[in-house]
Amino acid sequence: MSSPGVHPNGALGVETLGMTMRFGAFTALDDVSIRVMPGAFHALLGENGAGKSTLVKCMMGFYHATAGQMTVGGFEAIIRDPRDAHAKGLGMVYQHFTLVPSLTAAENLVISRRDTPAVIDWARERVALTDFMDQMPFRVPLDIPVQQLSAGERQKLEILKQLYLGRRFLILDEPTSVLTPDEADEVLGHVKAMCTNGQISVLMITHKFREVSAFADDVSVLRRGRHVGSGQVAALSHAEMAAMMIGAEAARAPATRSGDPGTAVLEVRGIRTRDRSGLKLIEIDRLTVRAGEVVGVAGISGNGQMELMEVLTGQRPVEAGEIRVKGAAYRATREQAQALAVRYLPEEPLRNACAARMSVTENIAFRSFDLNGSGRRFWLSGREMRTRATELVTAFKVKTASLDAPISALSGGNVQRAVLARELTGDVSLLVISNPCFGLDFSAVAEIRARIIAARNAGAAVLLMSEDLDEVMELSDRILVMSEGRIAYQTPAATASLAEIGYHMGGHA
Amino acid sequence: METDLGLWSILIAIVGGAIRVSTPFLFVSLGELLTERSGRINLGLEGTLVFGAMSGYGVAYLTGSAWAGVAAASVAGAMFGVVHGVICSIPRVNDIAIGIALMLFGMGLAFFFGKRFIQPVAPYLPSIPFGWWSDIPQIRAALDVNVLFLIGLGLALVISWMLRTTRVGLILRVVGDSTDAARAMGLRPVPIRIAATAAGGALAGIGGAYLSLYYPGSWTEGISSGQGLMAVALVIFARWNPVACIWAALLFGGAGALGPALQSVGITSGYYLFYAAPYVLTLGLLIATSSPTRAMSGAPGELSITK
Repeated sequence: MSSPGVHPNGALGVETLGMTMRFGAFTALDDVSIRVMPGAFHALLGENGAGKSTLVKCMMGFYHATAGQMTVGGFEAIIRDPRDAHAKGLGMVYQHFTLVPSLTAAENLVISRRDTPAVIDWARERVALTDFMDQMPFRVPLDIPVQQLSAGERQKLEILKQLYLGRRFLILDEPTSVLTPDEADEVLGHVKAMCTNGQISVLMITHKFREVSAFADDVSVLRRGRHVGSGQVAALSHAEMAAMMIGAEAARAPATRSGDPGTAVLEVRGIRTRDRSGLKLIEIDRLTVRAGEVVGVAGISGNGQMELMEVLTGQRPVEAGEIRVKGAAYRATREQAQALAVRYLPEEPLRNACAARMSVTENIAFRSFDLNGSGRRFWLSGREMRTRATELVTAFKVKTASLDAPISALSGGNVQRAVLARELTGDVSLLVISNPCFGLDFSAVAEIRARIIAARNAGAAVLLMSEDLDEVMELSDRILVMSEGRIAYQTPAATASLAEIGYHMGGHA
Repeated sequence: METDLGLWSILIAIVGGAIRVSTPFLFVSLGELLTERSGRINLGLEGTLVFGAMSGYGVAYLTGSAWAGVAAASVAGAMFGVVHGVICSIPRVNDIAIGIALMLFGMGLAFFFGKRFIQPVAPYLPSIPFGWWSDIPQIRAALDVNVLFLIGLGLALVISWMLRTTRVGLILRVVGDSTDAARAMGLRPVPIRIAATAAGGALAGIGGAYLSLYYPGSWTEGISSGQGLMAVALVIFARWNPVACIWAALLFGGAGALGPALQSVGITSGYYLFYAAPYVLTLGLLIATSSPTRAMSGAPGELSITK
């Protein structure tokens, strides 16, 4: 039996009507009505804080909407909690993985079922899982712990889990934020194929226009909790979607680069270290970054970029080799970093560059709290710290309720801006950056990239490690590719070809 | 006869001692393992152990049955576990601080109620003479294995099986490894953690009953020599693996038996030093198996000490 809201192959149509969600006086979601057709791949666009997460949490029953209704498969549905949603065939793939890291893929799938038997007959389950995998467009290894799978495999497993549980309407919350472009295309391509077959309908939250135009059928755009536009993807250009998303305020265009590279600032020679498991060797024979140039390090995550970053920040000991900054041997102590003007913007800045529970003012003061002009101070100057924080918060447009709020209360983009404000103030001769725009929205990305280019134009040497190939291509003067712990390839950005870089990223050198 | 054995007698005494001394280590470490696999750490097991020893001894004396004592000790231990579990479920309560508080509370409570049981003699737990084939008294003594030790071995295997192939076991691992994943699955981590802590407390209580009802076999205030605390280190050393807990417990038991074994052959110099062997071993092993750069494998993701 099929009704207008259900595809004959099972995909469910879902519609929200006047969905409104208020938290106290704050309206997170204001009268939002969107319609996902059965078998459609529907994209939900919006900046951070636009209400996308609130909308899908209302749909999944995590929140109880203040007002508004929902239909599932053409019938009105009341969803009290996530279990209700699951029972109706709605499933969600979260931005952060919900797989249990120490369990294998098979264990993760079996335990996620509602009817897991008290004693699991692994021989029988294995046959059933193999049968299930045979019907799927992609597969993942079943017997190794999930923590050893790559990000792409984990994301595939998250989607497989939803299908294994019989869900026919999937919400994907920024499913590609942890994937390389190739992995993203592969995963989304398979999801799209299942939509076309009418097996599932998909609502995908995203920031990436490229993915919207390549895979989605329809798009809805939210801004500040309101539904500001919908349409067929084929009929909309990137510029039109961007205009809907950011409204009247245009993002800053990246500054054009100027000046030529100067003398070598960072020189890395013959560095050897081991990765976290102690099994893989990271070897960097030769890496030089000159003043006034951006050297981009591309590569699939897990090929030694994180270890290189940790070596440069002094978080990881080396077995051999040396690092020189402006000719002096560099051991990443605080004194050296101050004297040589080395600054860092590590990935996950809240964890790697902030004391999460200390205030915004204190976090911004980390580089300078013990300096008094050129000398040292013993007593802190609260007034000076506050003045500096006030200036920087305004200059870098950090949105915070108060300067005394703990920095962990800020959104990801604002933590990134605050750290960037701290690191880019004063003389900067070397800036080491890792994945600066990970998970940030459109306007934050443009602004942070512009700041990096401005630092380069002002004469800083910049080493940029990024898993986002577009970012590396956009910002770099010279591009290196890391693969299996080594620098596999390098090329000037001006003559770089995507195909060649992709070839070396895959480890085919 | 005795003099003929020479150095062998030390070895036999260590093997026998390992089996005798390891039983409380085994039970407490299996209990701590269950608790830690659920994502909590219970440092209060030392107090639970001492209270289990007291209540087990008291009930065994009053009822005349050693097994009634073991049952009472496990119930008392489970109650301590529930208290720890419930208090730690309140937001912003630190499980380590509560553990230390409960350790002191359990010991104090045991001393308070245990005053009247210091003199009387309670029935002992039975043991099986696996050394019947030998004429040598040392071997017979060493292989006189308590039933609880065998139960402990069986329990380790059962827990290992449970964690791999039962729903309860998988749920416990899910909750211990990722609260978010558990919530997304519709599981409620809090009751599961309370149950795991209670089960862990029950096992620690049984470990205590072994102390007072078999070896050393009486209720005194100094009955425990820190087994409850060392079990925490032992679980880490065993990498949260129940079967590895058996070997770790035997190793610690053997180290604990070193002092008495040497004393039995007349070596008395450095006597106290040998008694410190288990503690030295704890330190040595934790240092040897740690690494500043590598993440600890096998550690439950939600454990507050490894986060």
